[in-house]
Amino acid sequence: MADNTNGRGYPEPRFDQFVSKATSRRQFIKGVIFSGAAATGAGYLVTLGGCSGGSGSASGVERLLTLNVNGQTRPVDVLPNETLAMTLRYKLGLTGTKLGCDRGECGACTVLIDGVANYSCSTLTHAVRGRPIMTIEGLEGPNGELHKVQQAMIDELGPQCGFCTPGQIMSAVALLEANPTPTRDEVRHALSGNLCRCGAYDHYLNAVMRAATGERVSQA
Amino acid sequence: MSRDMMSAFELYQPDTVDGAVDLLGRFGAEGWALAGGNDSFDWFKDRVKRPKYVVDLGGIAALKGIRESADGGVEIGALTSLTEVEQSSVVQGRYKLLADAARRVASPQIRNSGTIGGNVCQDARCWYYRYGVDCYRAGGNTCYADTPEGQNREHCLWGADRCVAVSPSDTAPALVALDATMVIVGPGGQREVKAEEFFIGPNIDIERMTVLEAGEVLTAIRLPAEWSGARFYFEKVADRNTWDFPLVNIAAAMKVSGAAGSETVDAIRIVAGAVQCVPRRLTVVEEVVRGQAKTAATASLAGQSAVRGATPLNFNHFKIPLLQNLVTRAIRDA
Repeated sequence: MADNTNGRGYPEPRFDQFVSKATSRRQFIKGVIFSGAAATGAGYLVTLGGCSGGSGSASGVERLLTLNVNGQTRPVDVLPNETLAMTLRYKLGLTGTKLGCDRGECGACTVLIDGVANYSCSTLTHAVRGRPIMTIEGLEGPNGELHKVQQAMIDELGPQCGFCTPGQIMSAVALLEANPTPTRDEVRHALSGNLCRCGAYDHYLNAVMRAATGERVSQA
Repeated sequence: MSRDMMSAFELYQPDTVDGAVDLLGRFGAEGWALAGGNDSFDWFKDRVKRPKYVVDLGGIAALKGIRESADGGVEIGALTSLTEVEQSSVVQGRYKLLADAARRVASPQIRNSGTIGGNVCQDARCWYYRYGVDCYRAGGNTCYADTPEGQNREHCLWGADRCVAVSPSDTAPALVALDATMVIVGPGGQREVKAEEFFIGPNIDIERMTVLEAGEVLTAIRLPAEWSGARFYFEKVADRNTWDFPLVNIAAAMKVSGAAGSETVDAIRIVAGAVQCVPRRLTVVEEVVRGQAKTAATASLAGQSAVRGATPLNFNHFKIPLLQNLVTRAIRDA
């Protein structure tokens, strides 16, 4: 203990035990998986730099918690300073939720919490314990069919590069839940918290209007 | 420098106000009260503020909701989301000014998680300060915005005192115009402060924007019956309609009498945001307009009087005609 404690009563995390110059990528991934740090989405694994290891639960929140994600109960080990976007992508492998700015300024990370659109990059995972969370993966029907907003995105050629699309879709789904027959302006307002750097805004509006009305919007 | 993961902290989630005040009192300068997080997480991710203990107020049910009070006013819990304030039928029906202001804050998602208490308690948005430099507001001895090359397009017209940052809130001017009262709970119990005195400039304390002392929590905002159902005007001008903080915003509450077309202004409160470190109550405009016919001439005179004494910085001269026009419109269209 003498050489690896930091005066705080627990050892400093040593990520170098997983990553060293001599370690192959395969060994690295195995190491993380067997250490229990994460399970899925191996290509996206990160070693949450800058966070302290140790219990952290001795005085503050309990790190082991249960999330209700897409109707499933998911037990997960969450740091006190971890955002929901981090947990979804790097702990639960739900990489459909994108991280653009990580500052609540782009909307790529939009998920539904209690049916309401939220930036998962600006939400602490500990603050949504037990509340229903819906990500883009959760829109899939029981037989793998697409949600009507997703289908309309395809039919109306909504996305261009597609990076912001999961967030745009989640905002649209939240809108249509609350207001199934929106005007184009109401859709514009509901999607105003989602940036699209390709500038495909009008295509997105077409798609959401098509999802709402079931009718083709764009001109041939 | 890593700018993605917040530095480590211990998280506490009390379910009562007393619990939160107790925790914040124990942690002192190392503690941080967290509401919606839209302001806090930027500080944490940039590693500019690194509190050891974060107290999440989001689980305190008593801090949420909109209630009509016995004296005919309305009390809004500080942790009520901006979306809830915007959509509340009581607020829309009686204090539309506040609903209109809440609707113009940031983006839909930020209004869903952002709280009215957090919106009025957010820190200065001067980008030099946010970047983590050792400016006056951060405890240093330089203002980086008020230099020959300093980029100060968003900064103040009045009240510069070493710091030239402005009040960034959209709801704050509306609350001052409605003569709201802020309810604060701290280790010494509860106290109430008028919205107008809640915000403080650098001449009073350069390191904070409100009268909140360390360990105190804003618990509720009370809107008095007096301005219920008055005539209102809110307008915000920003570079983008979503996300951006105001370049200038204006909030007016007005009582008029007389037939349409020949109305007289009996009472008025008018407040501008983003022109000073506090929401600027335009008392000169109030004096010019009170008792006068609500005409184009009065509105024009009001606009001219609003900008007297404005002291622009290098890049924010445009705010003077902007404020003048907003005041003119507010008097004309309220």
